[in-house]
Amino acid sequence: MPETTSRELTFGQAVREALAEEMRRDARVCIFGEDVAEAGTPFKVLSGLVEEFGTERVLDTPISEAGFTGIAVGAAMTGLRPIVDIMFGDFITLTMDQMVNQAAKVHYMSGGAWKVPMVMRTTLGATRRSGAQHSQSLQAWVSHVPGLKVVMPSTPYDAKGLLKTAIRDENPVVFFEDKMMYTKLKGPVPAEEYTIPFGVADVKRVGRDITLVGTSSMVQVALAAATLLDEIGVSAEVVDPRTMWPLDEKTLIESAKKTSRVIVIDEGYERYGVTAEIAAVIAEGAFYDLDAPVKRMGAMHIPIPFSPPLEDATVPTEKSVFEVARKLCGRL
Amino acid sequence: MTFAPHKSELYAGIEIEKLLRMYHRMASIRRFEEQVNELYTRALMPGLAHLYIGEEAVAVGICEALRRDDYITSTHRGHGHCLAKGASPDRMFAELLGKKVGYCKGKGGSMHIADPATGNLGANAIVAGSVAIATGAALSAKRLRTDRVAVCFFGEGALGQGVLYEVMNVAQLWTLPVIYVCENNLYTEYTHFTETTAGDIPARAAAFGLQAESVDGQDVRAVYAVASKLVERARRGSGPSFVVCKTNRYTGHHDGDINPEYYRSKEEEKHWKTDRDPLNLLANWLIEQGLADSAQLDAIQSEVEAEMKKAVEFAVAAPYPGVGEVEDDVYA
Repeated sequence: MPETTSRELTFGQAVREALAEEMRRDARVCIFGEDVAEAGTPFKVLSGLVEEFGTERVLDTPISEAGFTGIAVGAAMTGLRPIVDIMFGDFITLTMDQMVNQAAKVHYMSGGAWKVPMVMRTTLGATRRSGAQHSQSLQAWVSHVPGLKVVMPSTPYDAKGLLKTAIRDENPVVFFEDKMMYTKLKGPVPAEEYTIPFGVADVKRVGRDITLVGTSSMVQVALAAATLLDEIGVSAEVVDPRTMWPLDEKTLIESAKKTSRVIVIDEGYERYGVTAEIAAVIAEGAFYDLDAPVKRMGAMHIPIPFSPPLEDATVPTEKSVFEVARKLCGRL
Repeated sequence: MTFAPHKSELYAGIEIEKLLRMYHRMASIRRFEEQVNELYTRALMPGLAHLYIGEEAVAVGICEALRRDDYITSTHRGHGHCLAKGASPDRMFAELLGKKVGYCKGKGGSMHIADPATGNLGANAIVAGSVAIATGAALSAKRLRTDRVAVCFFGEGALGQGVLYEVMNVAQLWTLPVIYVCENNLYTEYTHFTETTAGDIPARAAAFGLQAESVDGQDVRAVYAVASKLVERARRGSGPSFVVCKTNRYTGHHDGDINPEYYRSKEEEKHWKTDRDPLNLLANWLIEQGLADSAQLDAIQSEVEAEMKKAVEFAVAAPYPGVGEVEDDVYA
């Protein structure tokens, strides 16, 4: 982080500040989604934007995710820079044709004639007692599709810098925000202008013995696990890829080569998830330097249950990561 | 020249220049598609071809009412829309053959022709895939005050897709300059539309408050008259509209569908070709009215024939893209 005037902002405040700054900078930037205007979304992340930018740029839509996402695709092709708000990540399933068959393919299918500079902001994360249809982390779905870029910030600093980059990008970008972080996670954010490039991982903690690759919500889990590991004399490095695509394979492989042990942690379903892809990248790139198989940790392969003790068992925690890391390092 | 311009100006306000241009355009589309059929049967064309023969008056009548910078979106059966909006046959044939000089550098093919120079946002192989894109283009036009309108072509099969109703609702709420053009060619692939479509078609749009019209899609003068009215209405800010054009495709769903007898009769096919052909209807009317003679129309046919022959030769001779270009244009 550059040496600048720093303040503490919550994750939600950082997101809002990025949106407001980009809307001031570029009159083509507009937001649409359900309850984005006066309500500022149920998470209150957008509070104040409609008051500053008006209803021409912050547009409340009907509950029509496919419709307004597709409208964003067409608007992006023809001169606006729309940001769509998909309240819960589970609802991206309703936008799949628009994102997968339209937004992701327009530039390639047209031989570069048209482009789609739009951002889809959405959320991820369980443990909010919201049940199986409001708790999923579906980043693997969109990371699978060429033509999309996928961003998963883990701190207020990263959220602001990456969101500004997403809005300025000429391609469709899906931006996942951990809804549990909106008010609960605070961190330093410089008052000065900055952006963070895509495809550059951030080493959140330097270590020697094991690499914990974490995404979004799981970066905080990995950092907490690293503290526990310190107490038993295991030095953990925490690497945050920050963008699933483009993916900074180099930093991941270098860290794996250095520590020789890796756990990849993501809140999405573990099977066929982004952890599988990252683990494969590391296995292929660092195989001869590894002292143990690359481990994956993600959500259990079940719909997210409602009951608190059941829900809490479905996703990785600092404790479960600590246990897996301890075993991987041979500390029994 | 035997036509009488004074008389033509009196008829429905359509000047003779426009009538002859529409005849020329319809003849071009007809000949283009006949050439496609030939390329396909000679195994020179990869993939599938969905021919527009029989429906020419719809694309031509609608596009005659548009400016070059107005937007259209098209469908898998889209060659006619692209040509009517002003695309060049040579680059279209090249795209159909997968050649580098094609509109999409060979990456799109028959079902994905796009051309920013003529406002063509792209043909779309997902049924109803472009209804939201067209609506988004209309949003841009309104927000950026460009005075443009967007026309969304789709077949009656798209009436089965929910996203159409999502975006018509938004278009009416936001008073967007978009015209939804439903080409009812009677067959949803291999099924008569009455087996898939309940109720009254224009009533579906009227329920949202859109101005909804029905028109004989074989009569190019009637299509043009309705289109002029709806385009003018959209351009002056009075909002979206919907028009269903009753038409018929002479060929099967695609070029390989050569035996459609199990879903429609020979008698029906004959009726449309002999009594309802859009080129014949206009030609007969022009001759009856003394606005053109058959020699003049024959001359147009010969001109079109020569143009299409040349365009095919251009496309056949053109080189394929280099394999090294396969990864270009995924991202802007």
